[in-house]
Amino acid sequence: MVKVKIDGFETEVPEGTSILNAARQIGGDLVPPAMCYYTKLKGSGGKCRTCMVRVAQSSEKDQRPMPKLVASCSTPVQDGMVVENITNPAVLEARKAVVEFLLINHPLDCPICDQAGECDLQNLAFEHGTSKTRYEEERRTYDKIDIGPNIQLHMDRCILCYRCVYTADQLTDKRVHGVLNRGDASEIGTYIQNSIENDFSGNVIDVCPVGALTDKTFRFKSRVWFLNPFDAYRNCPTCSGKVVVWKFGEAIYRVTGRKDQYGEVEEFICNTCRFEKKAPEDWTIEGPRAIDRHSVISQNHYEGFGDLKI
Amino acid sequence: MASLTNRSKVVVNKKMTFWERLYLPAIFGGMAITLKHFFRKSNTVRYPEVKRPFSPVYRGLHVLKRDDKGAERCTACGLCAVACPAEAITMTAAERKKDEKHLYREEKYAAVYEINMLRCIFCGLCEEACPKEAIFLTDRLVPTELEREDFIYGKDKLVELLDQRIDVSKRQVKTYGEDLKI
Repeated sequence: MVKVKIDGFETEVPEGTSILNAARQIGGDLVPPAMCYYTKLKGSGGKCRTCMVRVAQSSEKDQRPMPKLVASCSTPVQDGMVVENITNPAVLEARKAVVEFLLINHPLDCPICDQAGECDLQNLAFEHGTSKTRYEEERRTYDKIDIGPNIQLHMDRCILCYRCVYTADQLTDKRVHGVLNRGDASEIGTYIQNSIENDFSGNVIDVCPVGALTDKTFRFKSRVWFLNPFDAYRNCPTCSGKVVVWKFGEAIYRVTGRKDQYGEVEEFICNTCRFEKKAPEDWTIEGPRAIDRHSVISQNHYEGFGDLKI
Repeated sequence: MASLTNRSKVVVNKKMTFWERLYLPAIFGGMAITLKHFFRKSNTVRYPEVKRPFSPVYRGLHVLKRDDKGAERCTACGLCAVACPAEAITMTAAERKKDEKHLYREEKYAAVYEINMLRCIFCGLCEEACPKEAIFLTDRLVPTELEREDFIYGKDKLVELLDQRIDVSKRQVKTYGEDLKI
């Protein structure tokens, strides 16, 4: 076990833990945001640079600070490490710059995008970005691509976090999904529109932090804040069957995995659960999904208040 | 107790004089007052023919604007509906087809867009929430109807006609200014 101090809060974590996970153990505002790191995907992280923090003291033995900001998702903690995140203005300034870079080619079509309201990039830009863009050049555009019958790829919105690539690599047995080309011409490819046959391929929708990969069965059907999320399960032979169903009245509009507070799914669900089981009798409802009160999804939902006292 | 207005008169049950009992001076006095009002400037206007000027910030019947090429601006993002405190707005989105580019500005459009004018409180939050400058409250009034269903305004009543554009430029400048134009 090693001791690490983040923004003045001390915690003890096993050796080899990343700074990001140590911060998540403390929780609260000092947790750096992460767009590409995903706990359940091995090798993810280090791409988006939003989780940059300053290490003010490398370890007990070597008390010098690290010369540059480091990516907290891929830097392991050392004993006696002192980390500054929100207490250091340079970190916040760097994060603001990273957000600006991520948004350079992003089309900002949130009014159209199905991810709006539960989008990590939207939240990140709202909390850390500026309200205006300084970019005047033409943004890069792509045609939208169908990945199989149920998944839509909008390369315009992609921030190249590689999460979907790792998901396809690790959950499916053959590699059908990858990144083509380099630099700003990079593109998520599927061996030119080969559909993904694997039972768990739909999880690329859940891991995508932006609206690049979206559910075609839910495309433009509603907005997430008009739906009521419920925890539900069914006896599924391929996956755990534990999902969130998003209901509009009695109708189930879409099915997703259960995401924790950092937007990571608790368990990956299979394509049958996600795309085909939309009838109310397929699911046993456990109860309403707890959504952060400050999320737009909680807007105009009155369940949490209980009966009004008269 | 002191009088509040100085106009109160103490009621006395005194006997009226002959002149007062005739009532004629009082009647003619009243008529003179009535006659005076014939020559005064009227306080009212004859409404349907004459209309009073509205304040530029007056919030009346909504309009769904088209852009300068005539395509509908609304993209059914749902922000007006979520901002609406009276929950008067409902919509259903649809995807634009390839040959409909001249009809709808964005990839997605509102196939159904309804405002229940009986629920609407004309607060203007939908206008404020709209990211596409599509919905505006205008200086028009919601006409009276006999049936409740007639107050649910669909796209047929809300979207401005191509040959009868509704000018909202005063509101646009007021709310958004030049630097926030999309």
